[in-house]
Amino acid sequence: MWTLFHKFGSPPWLYRLSGSILRWLLPISLLALAMGVGWGLLFTAPDFRQGNSYRIIYIHVPAAVVALAGYYVMAIAGGISLIWKMKMADVAMHAAAPVGAALTFIALLTGAVWGKPTWGTWWVWDARITSMLILLFLYLGVMALYEAFDNKAAAARACAILSLVGTVNIPIIYKSVDWWYSLHQPASIKFTGESTIDPSMLYPLLLSIIAFYALFTCCLLANMRAEILQRERRTGWVQRLASENH
Amino acid sequence: MTETTAPGAVSFCLRLLRRQLTLAIRRPVAVGNPLLFFAMVVALFPLGIGPAPETLAGFAPGILWIVALLSNLLSADGIFRSDFDDGSLEQLLLAPQPLYLSVLAYVAAHWLVTGVLLALVSPLFAAMLDLPVVAWPSLAAGLFLGSGVMSLVGGIGAALTVGLRRGGMLISLLILPFYMPVLIFGTATVQAALDGAPVQPFLALLGSMLCLSIALAPLAISAGLRISVDA
Amino acid sequence: MYFDSLRALLEMDGHGFYVWSAYGISLLVIALLVVAPFRRRRRLLSAIRAGQQREAAAAARRTPQPAAGSLSSEKESLNAPRA
Repeated sequence: MWTLFHKFGSPPWLYRLSGSILRWLLPISLLALAMGVGWGLLFTAPDFRQGNSYRIIYIHVPAAVVALAGYYVMAIAGGISLIWKMKMADVAMHAAAPVGAALTFIALLTGAVWGKPTWGTWWVWDARITSMLILLFLYLGVMALYEAFDNKAAAARACAILSLVGTVNIPIIYKSVDWWYSLHQPASIKFTGESTIDPSMLYPLLLSIIAFYALFTCCLLANMRAEILQRERRTGWVQRLASENH
Repeated sequence: MTETTAPGAVSFCLRLLRRQLTLAIRRPVAVGNPLLFFAMVVALFPLGIGPAPETLAGFAPGILWIVALLSNLLSADGIFRSDFDDGSLEQLLLAPQPLYLSVLAYVAAHWLVTGVLLALVSPLFAAMLDLPVVAWPSLAAGLFLGSGVMSLVGGIGAALTVGLRRGGMLISLLILPFYMPVLIFGTATVQAALDGAPVQPFLALLGSMLCLSIALAPLAISAGLRISVDA
Repeated sequence: MYFDSLRALLEMDGHGFYVWSAYGISLLVIALLVVAPFRRRRRLLSAIRAGQQREAAAAARRTPQPAAGSLSSEKESLNAPRA
């Protein structure tokens, strides 16, 4: 157990492991994404209330789910790097932030595009949309803090603290935004309940969610590999690696 | 205790608090700045959205809370700034007294000279925006509790950015999302008072947020200060 | 296949613009997200290589003998993954 843990702290080992994982996970996740999205786009029946516009769900919901999970991945990596001073956890944390921010952006954007035909407006200050917007701000705050430090080791620790503060706050923010929305809910907009989703629509959605998780992992690993190279550029193994593949 | 000469943790904290307050009172203009900022931004709203009293009264809870939040945010940057610059923060980190309580003293000083002061003068600005008198006590009480949370959360941002040259804008980006629950329940308090609903639940929520942040924020602040001083 | 024709698929009863633009932009962002780290890695590797060549050239100028033995000695340990 502890030897494995120590191995994770070793940059060359992690670089090679992530390389071999990526080689099969990336094609599989792209294939799963294509299948999930293609199934949802082409083979499912339209929603009886929203028509075909509901097909955006196959990209909106997975992006939102994984974006939220990504924040916790980032915070857990930050916690590990703070407690055990593990450099590779720093790398993971810094690698997760842009991926999570991009997924949050996708969720917001597809939500807005979905909102136009469904509610007649691009943007509604609905509880979930507002929470996602705040999540985007949290991601961007972590990224901005990292960039502001010249000393990258200090930057990683500062970001770890910020993301941990964020994890404590996210449930509070979500609950309060939820409550705030129930207080101000405009009568003109009716939201369709999600609890009754037909299995024929659910399976492609689940596949798509799994594909997004896998893609998140791929992007995380690929970002980590680039970051490891950047940090270890002066070491012997990176120098040998560079001279080997032309 | 082995260090018989060092003051105990509590008396050390009280001394720190008194020192911070003395420093603040020696520069009354610096204490007045957030209030002046508050007054000026409040004056912008009638210019921006029109002087009709009923419109202003409708927006008043939100306006007053948002402006309080901004003035708190702008002053949060300075909580540790001068002590970081002259090196006394480094001394504090080496002191035998628990850092948890020391940073609480810093934040308490900031809260007393910005948040509490703002809560005390808030009825004046409430009157300027035609907020009905019934809502004034709950506005002040909400600001009193909520600004404590904001000072603590702002302290986290200040601790993380105190070592950076361009911390001013960054701190806003970092901590504004964490202010949002306070804003939601703060305005809800005022709104409840306007509607004649009981305000105690909202004040209790703000109070519980204050308790949670008193318990957790000093941990993050002290960790942030250690990073900033090391970096 | 739910749709009868390509035209029906593209139009989606008037919702086509929204659905396809949402998918288009999202897939574009995902593509950028996937490609960016690989590009960055390749750039880093070539930058490191350029640095090595500069150093080798500088070393060659200082001492006329070729000093290439040190780099190629330990090849076995790294099976360099290459996209």
